[in-house]
Amino acid sequence: MNINLTLIGQSIAFAIFVWFCVKYVWPPITAAMEARQKKIADGLSAADRASLDLELAQEKAAQQMQQAKEEAAVLIDQANKRAAQIVEASKDDARKEGEKLIEQARAEIQQERVQARDALRTEVALLAIAGAEKILETSVDAKAHSEMLDKLAAQL
Amino acid sequence: MADTPVEYIKHHLQNLTYGKLDAGYERFDGSVMSESGWTFARTAQEAADMGFMAIHVDTLGWSIAMGVLFLGLFRFVAKRVTTGVPGGLQNLVEVTVEFIENLVKDGFHARNPLIAPLALTIFVWILLMNVLKLIPVDYIPTIAHAMGLEYFKIVPTTDPNATFGMSIGVFLLIIFYSLKIKGVTGFAKELGMQPFNHWALIPVNLVLEILVLIVKPISLALRLFGNMYAGEVVFILIALLPLWAQWTLNVPWAIFHILVIPLQAFIFTMLTIVYLAAAHEDH
Repeated sequence: MNINLTLIGQSIAFAIFVWFCVKYVWPPITAAMEARQKKIADGLSAADRASLDLELAQEKAAQQMQQAKEEAAVLIDQANKRAAQIVEASKDDARKEGEKLIEQARAEIQQERVQARDALRTEVALLAIAGAEKILETSVDAKAHSEMLDKLAAQL
Repeated sequence: MADTPVEYIKHHLQNLTYGKLDAGYERFDGSVMSESGWTFARTAQEAADMGFMAIHVDTLGWSIAMGVLFLGLFRFVAKRVTTGVPGGLQNLVEVTVEFIENLVKDGFHARNPLIAPLALTIFVWILLMNVLKLIPVDYIPTIAHAMGLEYFKIVPTTDPNATFGMSIGVFLLIIFYSLKIKGVTGFAKELGMQPFNHWALIPVNLVLEILVLIVKPISLALRLFGNMYAGEVVFILIALLPLWAQWTLNVPWAIFHILVIPLQAFIFTMLTIVYLAAAHEDH
């Protein structure tokens, strides 16, 4: 309980300990702690950035997907239209071809009819002359009556 | 050792003193010092008669040992410190450092790189010195006695020399920073013009403020010393009880001291920060 030199010794020891702590203990430990804090903060912000990037990428991907879908729809639409056009055109062609054929057939039929009628007419004229000769018992001068015969043939 | 309870208590409260005895001093065994010289005190009377020219070897030895333990441990960690995932020891050290850092951040707003390490030193050193108290009161003195040392008190903070040694260090820092931050005139003004801001009351102010200033280290030292000393006395008293009764009191008292030990270290640290913060405040 006596106050003595211990007091001074203790003060000196205290001063030395504080000096040592200030110089060799405190700075490296706090520096490391600060460095770690910074590291953690950096890591957190990096994670934030990464999640933001991910979000952006997803958005972009969705956009591209949408665009592709739209393009595909346009293409399909065009193809459908084109197909319809082709079908329509071929239908048209077929109809025209058919009409042409029908026309040709009609023309041929007409021609044949005309020919047949002509042939018939000639024959009928001959038959009429022959009949008339039988009735008259004389030959008919074809030359003399050709005008009348032609009239007759034309009436048939 | 000691026979009666009073002697036992006195014995346990006596430091191992190495001091100077004058020529002609009559030793405990009747021999007379032929010339003045340094020696270990064999009785409390001899220790008292040595006066100021003596040192408490146990106090200094244990406090320096604890200081070296503290700095060695922290330096060991500081050298191996990693910014990655810290190990157990580094964690412990970092928790302590962070605790002190927060205390200083909350209580001390000026910029001074000395304050935080100072607070750390005070806190851990006092904590370690106080922890020695949990060693049963007879262990170390018995070993010391076997080695031929008459007295041995291992808890440095139960010696006012130790606590005053630290508080005087803090006091010098208070004076130093008061003068450095406020200047001689600023500091004088603070002492003379507060709390009554009138020239006629300067003497009253001076008396009050100087008293306030001087009370700071005394209260710091006496609070720590008083708590530790009283606790130690109670431990010694408990040790006087019959063996079967000791643990019923010793265990609760020791558990209570698990609270008191860090609390006293914390109070000393906190008040040091507060006093130094006040010294840095420029009005």
